[in-house]
Amino acid sequence: MKAKHRFLLAVVVLGLLMTGPFVVTSLIVWLDMRESEHRMLAELLLSRLPLGTVMTLFGFAIGVSVLYKLFKQYVEGLLRMAETLRLMLNANRNFRVGLEGPPEVRQLAGAANDLAAQRDALMDDVEAQIAQAKAFVEEEKNRLAALMSELAQSVVVCNLDGRILLYNNRARLQFAALAQGPTTASGGALIGLGRSIHSILEKNQVEHALEVIRLRLAAGKAALANFVTTTRSGKLLRVQMAPVLASAGEGEANLSGYVLTFENITRNIEQEARRDQALHELTEGNRAALGNIRAAVGNLIDYPDMDAALRERFVRVVADEAARMSQSLDRTMADFADTMKTRWPLEDVLGIDLIAAAQRRIGDKLDLPTKTEELDDALWVKADSFSLVFALTFLAGKLQEHCAPRELRFRLTSAEKLAYLDLIWAGPTMSSETFYTWEMDGMQVGDESSPLSLREVIDRHGGEVWYQREKAAHRAFFRFVLPLATPEIEAEAEAPKRGAGRPEYYDFDLFNFADKSIDLDRKLSELTYTVFDTETTGLDPSNGDEIIQIGAVRIVNNRLLRQEVFDQIVDPERPLKPETIPIHGITDDMVRGKPNIDIVLPAFHAFCEDTMLIAHNAAFDMRFLQLKEERTGLSFTQPVLDTLLLSAVAHPNQESHRLDAVIDRLGIAIDARHNALADALATGEVFLKLLPLLEEQGIVTVRQALAAAEKTYFARIKY
Amino acid sequence: MAHKILIVDDEPNIVVSLEFLLKKEGFTVAVASDGEEALAQVAAFDPDLLLLDVMLPKKSGYEVCEALRADPQRSGLVILILTAKGRATEVAKGLAIGADAYMTKPFSTKELLAKIKEFLGIA
Repeated sequence: MKAKHRFLLAVVVLGLLMTGPFVVTSLIVWLDMRESEHRMLAELLLSRLPLGTVMTLFGFAIGVSVLYKLFKQYVEGLLRMAETLRLMLNANRNFRVGLEGPPEVRQLAGAANDLAAQRDALMDDVEAQIAQAKAFVEEEKNRLAALMSELAQSVVVCNLDGRILLYNNRARLQFAALAQGPTTASGGALIGLGRSIHSILEKNQVEHALEVIRLRLAAGKAALANFVTTTRSGKLLRVQMAPVLASAGEGEANLSGYVLTFENITRNIEQEARRDQALHELTEGNRAALGNIRAAVGNLIDYPDMDAALRERFVRVVADEAARMSQSLDRTMADFADTMKTRWPLEDVLGIDLIAAAQRRIGDKLDLPTKTEELDDALWVKADSFSLVFALTFLAGKLQEHCAPRELRFRLTSAEKLAYLDLIWAGPTMSSETFYTWEMDGMQVGDESSPLSLREVIDRHGGEVWYQREKAAHRAFFRFVLPLATPEIEAEAEAPKRGAGRPEYYDFDLFNFADKSIDLDRKLSELTYTVFDTETTGLDPSNGDEIIQIGAVRIVNNRLLRQEVFDQIVDPERPLKPETIPIHGITDDMVRGKPNIDIVLPAFHAFCEDTMLIAHNAAFDMRFLQLKEERTGLSFTQPVLDTLLLSAVAHPNQESHRLDAVIDRLGIAIDARHNALADALATGEVFLKLLPLLEEQGIVTVRQALAAAEKTYFARIKY
Repeated sequence: MAHKILIVDDEPNIVVSLEFLLKKEGFTVAVASDGEEALAQVAAFDPDLLLLDVMLPKKSGYEVCEALRADPQRSGLVILILTAKGRATEVAKGLAIGADAYMTKPFSTKELLAKIKEFLGIA
């Protein structure tokens, strides 16, 4: 019942209460009286009836007004408060109930406000904690990403389907270097967020390693699996797999993915093979010769009475074979000397760094000034820097005791495969015998001592040391001879960073993102896309116009991955039209020597694998691709979304849907245009901005987007 | 009657020693310097024992050994492989394809003689 009706009912009840008892009493009395009394009462009452009625009406009016007042305050007031409370509950957290009405209502309002305040405090606290936790998680992620990007190993994290969730820069460079093919993107195409690791590693091998990990996990052992695999380009990779365990709480650990670390061991294996070969030549290579000698010597000993000619013959066998063995030994040593020395854990050290370290240490420990003379600052040596610096300091200390030089000088030169590190002093010299004893003693510098002697340190380096005088200059020096190292500096041509911000090398949301096949009823925001653009020699592919550039970028989990791009100039194998050069900025010089479409298209096809395609005015680009289908045998069958059409869906009343116009309209900042990659990046941004606009129109799935695009006017223009 | 031994090796420096040694011990000795010649000599010379090197021109010692073991008429022929290949895997292969013994160079001439005599049943 509505409040108003209840009020009317209350008024009626009031009226009845005020008149009812009187009327009923009168009626009973009336019925009880006789005729004469009736007449007397009527006379008595009727004359005074107006007064009674007025009094009753007056009382009723007062009653109604009191009732109205109570109704206003206790019913309507409370109803209003209820509304306010609802408002506070839903729309406006900061709204408060007005303190009005009778004291009881005011107390209630006050209590409600107190509750609201308490609730706000709690909510603020929860929000603050959530924000803090989020920031913490974000920070952790960033720290992890930063850490990963600095690691010297290649690291890739995958979910159980083999989709890549994270990779570091090292992995990107390594796989780019391993990739075959002349196109710049064929390497980048291998590795990418959401891509399958199985394009790099055999699926069976990964599955097997996972099985090993599962078994080891079940057995409660350290869950690691190692395997060696060969890439398509014939390189050997050592792969280590470690599980990513979801925090399942109690019971069995829940495998949710795995971390792979890669090491290119091709070089190690080659070294190993060389070492094996050396060993083989030293052992089996000499077995035959030794066998011959032994047989001949056996005969010489066992049959001393043989005739002179035969004896001569056997002696010659011994001499020949001994000579042969010596030669073979020399050859092996020459060929494999470097290989055999690498057994010691020597690092490649820049010679001048070694000298700087020694200078510092000699200054600190011995308080002896040092200077440098001729220094070849490009020399790398193979050294254990700690023991070598210790040895230099030890010699300096011995010199200080023995010859008391005022200062020491360093010199670093080279000859062929050897580095000469000289420790020079002027003034009194010493005998070679003294130096020999220094060489053999355990080394001591101040309170530090080493179990190694100088000789042992030198042997460990595969080097030599000697004492030499420069008579003319009245000085002498110790010369350390060390094998030169050719440090392995990998050419890591870093692609120019596109856009600001951290590189997007990880996406942990992919952990829960199993099936990536293109399902038309999936949400647009969930799919993986390749956004691409082409530059062409002209507008008419059926009359011989050709693609001269393909640029593409990936969108995974609603993010434009600026690191995962395809950017390739294509040789159209025909001259460019001069009038088109200002448009695309590509000249004949730039296309010359570049791969042709037969080479580029397969790489691009692989880059697009498992993804939807997006292009602005896609029909144009698709036509160029389709005309090559027959020649390359590659067809792009995945669904294609056209940002031109989607823009027309989102803004049906706008006149222009050219890329420039759309970019302006959506407020997208871009650096350059009319380069296939830049346009692809811009198109990707456009797509991501269009998604919420489409959603407003109820266009959420791929199927809906394709249907809506088809209905636009622009879709009817044919190329 | 003296036992006949065929030496198959392409290195004259070992052949000269073996030939001298075996002749001194009273054996009848013939020499072949490659795999094919070895097979021909086995047919012509009909030896009781073969000293066979593995690394041979034309046909390897393994091939010679296999070919001879495939011939039932030669079941009594003792084959002693003498080689510079000393790995356990190669020893196993030699014995598996039918060699009676395997000696790795360098070997002592005394041991070789002992082995030969053992196989030929000479005390």
